[in-house]
Amino acid sequence: MKTHETLAQQEFVARQLRRRQMVVLARLFLFLSVLVLWEACARTGVINAFIFSSPSRIVRCFFSMVLDGSIFLHTGVTILETLVSFFFVTAVGILGAVALWSSKSLAEILDPYLVMLNSLPKSALAPILIVWLGSSMRTIVAAAVSVAVFGSILTLHNGFMSMDPDQARLIRSLGGGKREILFKVLLPGSVPLIISNMKVNVGLCLVGVIIGEFLAARLGLGYLIIYGSQVFKLDLVLMSIVILCILAALMYQGIALAERRAER
Amino acid sequence: MIPKLEVSHLCYSYHTMEGETEALSDLSFQVQTGEFLAVVGPSGCGKSTLLSLICGLLKPDSGRILLDGQPVLEGDTRIGYMLQKDHLFEWRTIRSNACLGLEIQKKMDPDHEKKVEELLKAYGLGNFAEARPSELSGGMRQRAALIRTLALEPDLLLLDEPFSALDYQTRLTVCDDISTIIRSRKKTAVLITHDLSEAVSAADRILILTRRPGRIKDTISITFPKEADSPLKRRNFPEFSVYFNEVWKILKE
Repeated sequence: MKTHETLAQQEFVARQLRRRQMVVLARLFLFLSVLVLWEACARTGVINAFIFSSPSRIVRCFFSMVLDGSIFLHTGVTILETLVSFFFVTAVGILGAVALWSSKSLAEILDPYLVMLNSLPKSALAPILIVWLGSSMRTIVAAAVSVAVFGSILTLHNGFMSMDPDQARLIRSLGGGKREILFKVLLPGSVPLIISNMKVNVGLCLVGVIIGEFLAARLGLGYLIIYGSQVFKLDLVLMSIVILCILAALMYQGIALAERRAER
Repeated sequence: MIPKLEVSHLCYSYHTMEGETEALSDLSFQVQTGEFLAVVGPSGCGKSTLLSLICGLLKPDSGRILLDGQPVLEGDTRIGYMLQKDHLFEWRTIRSNACLGLEIQKKMDPDHEKKVEELLKAYGLGNFAEARPSELSGGMRQRAALIRTLALEPDLLLLDEPFSALDYQTRLTVCDDISTIIRSRKKTAVLITHDLSEAVSAADRILILTRRPGRIKDTISITFPKEADSPLKRRNFPEFSVYFNEVWKILKE
């Protein structure tokens, strides 16, 4: 039922579109001006290009690593480790929260430990993990999982407990038990919560992977950052950080896409 | 003849760390097949507790509840329970919401599915089977919830203030709708409400409970002329205000 638009409506739409265009342009302008300023300062010697690097040096470094293929290996390893730990965090988070939900006593027994483990700075665990698990991918995944998993369990459990008790009554009055409550109400009703928790988790997993790679890796972007800073190849460090920025944004967008799918 | 529902010497108390609260004390009544019973009482008199006990979600401290002479079990499928809110799930279509009970009972066969389809059509939801609950009005949602209950073909319907979440106008029409449906299907029903006019307009008999702990204060049989065959019509008859005042007086005593 689309009627003829009034002049005021057309003006409103035009104003909104103009504003949106302005936002996009301003973003682009901000990005480009930082690049140009950085490059100019490096070339004129305002900043020392050896320490602060410059966009052109980063690009050159990137292409040289593309040519010998090493950049794909390091980025690939970091992505793989992040995805594996993200998978574990999501699975253990959901299973753990369901377990706590299904037993009130278990939840009360474990609560202080989970709260404590959640607030513990996980980087403190990394050296122990190296000793226990060796300098391998296992250590890095374990570090990443430890960063995100406790918070995930607590958040999901809190969400599960806020379910309307009348919904459980409905299922029970229809002859269902705990199993039906779980699969017909709790899990399908918690999809938005689980996805928003996944968004947090993917970021935390990346943090954990980088911590792990700092300490116990010969591959990965975290390794490149540490290695680069030790041999004073700041181009390498900054390039790795740029790639990390892009990775973080892409993974977040990937889950946002899944979210829009789920809403439909 | 065995009554449809027989409640005898029912007692129930709630326990918390702060102490014990007696909710119902020595409650006895019967409901005959096809009868529509309304239960009214001051708030907190244990009305909802009574329904939870009847459908087996709570176990009585003492006393018996018999349906067709048989004790009720938890999640008894002979009993359909309608809650205050419709609790239709947004991630399901109206049809699949209506089939929820069948799914849980593992009765999703073509016969039952066809029956749900007929119910949806009969009660004006035929074109909304694929819609999401949020696309429906409050009245339509409550009808969908009734179909979800009726799909399991219960012998006894328990209605726990099913209209109280609706605005006044919708409430009148939905109450009219739902009670007409229940009567036309010759179902036995127990309606819990704090709205006296709703009780008088819908029920055959009204049970009035006391303040906590709930006991039976009085029962009143409601009879209207034959033409007053729906709650909205009943409201226009002089008997309506007579019964209303009578119930009101007993409640206030």
